[in-house]
Amino acid sequence: MATAVITPERENYLNQEYGIKSWLLTVDHKRIALLYLVSITFFFFIGGFFALLIRLELLTPAGDLVQADTYNKLFTMHGQVMIFFFLIPSIPAVLGNFLVPLMIGAKDLAFPRLNLLSWYLYIIAGALMLHCICTGGVDTGWTFYTPFSTAFSNTKVVEAGVAIFIAGFSSILTGLNFVVTIHRMRAPGMTWDRLPLFIWAHYATSVIQLLGTPVLAITLLLVVFERVFHLGIFDPTRGGDPLLFQHLFWFYSHPAVYIMILPAMAVESEVIACFTRKRIFGYKFVAMSSIAIAVFGFLVWAHHMFVAGISLYSALIFSALSYLVAVPSAIKVFNWTATMYKGSITFTTPMLYAFGFIGLFTMGGLTGLFLAALGIDVHVTDTYFVIAHFHYIMVGGAVMGYLGGLHFWWPKISGRMYPEWLGKFAALIVFLGFNLTFFPQFILGYMGMPRRYWQYPPEFQVLNVLSTAGSTILAVGYVLPMVYFLWSMRYGKPATENPWNAAGLEWKTSSPPPTFNFDQPPVVDFEAYDYEHIPEVEEVPVG
Amino acid sequence: MFDNLPLWPARASTGAGNVDALYIFLLLLSGFMCLAIFSMIVVFALRYRRQHGHEAEQIEGSTALEITWSVVPLGIFLVIFAWGAFIFFQERTPPRDASEIYVVAKQWMWKLEHVEGQREINELHVPVGRDVKMIMTSQDVIHSFYIPAFRIKQDVLPGRYTTAWFRATKPGVYHLFCAEYCGSQHSGMIGQIVVMEPAQYEAWLSGGSSSGSLASNGESIFQQLGCVTCHRSDTQGRGPNLAGIFGKPVQLEDGLTVVADENYVRESILSPSAKVVKGFKPIMPVFQGLVSEEQLTELVAYVKSLSAAPTAGTKVRESKVQ
Ligand code: HEC
Ligand SMILES: [Cu+2]
Ligand SMILES: [Cu+2]
Repeated sequence: MATAVITPERENYLNQEYGIKSWLLTVDHKRIALLYLVSITFFFFIGGFFALLIRLELLTPAGDLVQADTYNKLFTMHGQVMIFFFLIPSIPAVLGNFLVPLMIGAKDLAFPRLNLLSWYLYIIAGALMLHCICTGGVDTGWTFYTPFSTAFSNTKVVEAGVAIFIAGFSSILTGLNFVVTIHRMRAPGMTWDRLPLFIWAHYATSVIQLLGTPVLAITLLLVVFERVFHLGIFDPTRGGDPLLFQHLFWFYSHPAVYIMILPAMAVESEVIACFTRKRIFGYKFVAMSSIAIAVFGFLVWAHHMFVAGISLYSALIFSALSYLVAVPSAIKVFNWTATMYKGSITFTTPMLYAFGFIGLFTMGGLTGLFLAALGIDVHVTDTYFVIAHFHYIMVGGAVMGYLGGLHFWWPKISGRMYPEWLGKFAALIVFLGFNLTFFPQFILGYMGMPRRYWQYPPEFQVLNVLSTAGSTILAVGYVLPMVYFLWSMRYGKPATENPWNAAGLEWKTSSPPPTFNFDQPPVVDFEAYDYEHIPEVEEVPVG
Repeated sequence: MFDNLPLWPARASTGAGNVDALYIFLLLLSGFMCLAIFSMIVVFALRYRRQHGHEAEQIEGSTALEITWSVVPLGIFLVIFAWGAFIFFQERTPPRDASEIYVVAKQWMWKLEHVEGQREINELHVPVGRDVKMIMTSQDVIHSFYIPAFRIKQDVLPGRYTTAWFRATKPGVYHLFCAEYCGSQHSGMIGQIVVMEPAQYEAWLSGGSSSGSLASNGESIFQQLGCVTCHRSDTQGRGPNLAGIFGKPVQLEDGLTVVADENYVRESILSPSAKVVKGFKPIMPVFQGLVSEEQLTELVAYVKSLSAAPTAGTKVRESKVQ
């Protein structure tokens, strides 16, 4: 085990075939993961660009940089691009795609062609979204609330709706592929209780994708039909109900938060185990908490609607249920912290991201308790408090998880080490920039600044200036990794089979792995996070 | 306490202090939680950082600990839930004798009408110390009526009434925001709440231009649209006598009973066949599209005034025996 063989010359999935066709027609899950990596990075920078424009507009109270209508399109498309074209596919479609078969000792996913199809669906959806952006864009907010979206907006609602509808199918197919793969393709000896927590969390995520996304698809179709054929489903003048839309939309979009955060939790479990050299404390509870989150996640949607006009009693029930779903998240945080106890901790870049993740996710989670409290929600919902809260979860949590995971598995994916000191530096920049951007927004929100405001009363300016300053720092933190990852593909130190000396099947094959992942089909006779039997290396590798 | 900290808006209603109290409690609680978790992480990171000749100690887990850190937070969560629910309950139950303001929202302005007949746009004058209930609807998309200084917010929907209430405690001028995205000028859909001492308020009321009280305007619309032909003040009309129905249960043809609130009256006018009163035929014409939101609020105010106590000085007809 853990032989430090450097294998850049060996045949692997990257050098087995060359040419554009070998990529566009590939059915190798690892190559498809890379296709996703490139495409979601593209959309990440588009969404990020919109975010920067938003922040620049908000530097001053007056609406002076862009027109009101442009501003409305910017925040709408920032949300749609980031959520549907970056966050939802991010970890599952890139890291999950790459790692699920490797981690369970399979040759590929259960349906390799379906996997390629889901990438193509994503690309079609993305092209449509881009077309929509370039030819005018949408201004409904990413939430598409009716009757604004169905009867009042005169922007490209149908096109954006169809784009997200198609992207949804890409997500459903990925989920389906993972569920079947995890059930059917595990190597001999890889029992359920030996699965890495990465797999458990991806399993839970896939179930949500399978059950939730069709509801989003139907909802968007209804919006499109209502807009085109004036059916009247959401139109009160025809006996329809605009709140019905909100119920349907949040029935998917609340669980969607877990589609984004569970995979990040998946990454953290692997990273923390590796860099504390320990089995995750309370493995079973962490695994089950993923399932609990997936199940309870479907029962809390109306907490987005406490002031929307739902009855007093349904508000009470949804508030109570929202507190229940907070418990499994808390369990995870406590277990990760406990894992560090009596560990042997190294401070590599992925571990720094893990620390950042725990910190920011904890703050995001705790502010969720504020929002679930009915009396407080009335005041802070639809203000910057909510914006800050979900960015702590989705950027502080999900994006930190994604970046941490990318660093952790980069040697496996590319066969090269990234420059460690630059990695640490970028992680620090991201952490500082993030907090400076979003912490002031909690205060802004409680002071009463509503979200989606193009201009605002002058007393809110100081905090907005801080936030904008933070966003520029954050931008630097995001550009850096892209630059040095690209650099490392050529100039990085070649990676060994297992540079972190980590447990897990993905580290028992060469870096990068051969096309069919393992030279010999692996047999599993050890538990997950078997760090007890993995000797520590002398030096932590630095690229 | 801490009135002048720029961490929260002015506290100008009876409810605001309650919300802030829970908020401060949660700030302390989550501050403590963060401190506990973060200092643990820092201590572990320093104490158990990788050192020569020192290996990690494998620990499987501890069911006792798992149960503790699930059950204890759950207990705390339930306390927060109950506290939040209690505040919400108060926010959602307006006092019975609150004075009423009708609010009609549209892209992108707030139209506010006092029962006495004063109409305001993007501005609302109210006296200190009086319970005020807003009955709100939208002419187009969803808006949200938000007064940070009172810590209240309520979405305003097309096609139905939603309500909110407050009792102002401090004279001053406060923000009124639209909090639900509603199109181009969403951020321009703002206004002012002017809270005045009662004497000043009375002066303002009598000085303003009133175009007749809502109920009396409603009465003339009631005549213009021919409602009176069916809804007579005796039991001989083809439709039910409307006196005294408001706030009381109504027996429906399908056997159900509903309480006649603002939304019921609204629906009875716009789509009468949705709920047909027991003993009557569904012959009432549909008024959807024939009355504006303002006329509708005036009709509702009129129907309500038929059920007000005689001392209130409004017309009351003898109510049909229940
Ligand atoms: C053609 C006769 C007719 C006209 C005109 C008419 N209504 Fe009615 N209305 C009825 C009948 C019959 C009912 C009871 C059956 C039902 O609920 O549809 C009724 C029911 C109602 C109710 C519910 C009463 C209850 O006891 O619950 C309200 C409120 C009402 N009408 C208001 C109005 C108003 C306001 C107008 C004028 C804009 C109007 N109606 C015009 C016949 C009429
Ligand atoms: Cu509005
Ligand atoms: Cu608005």
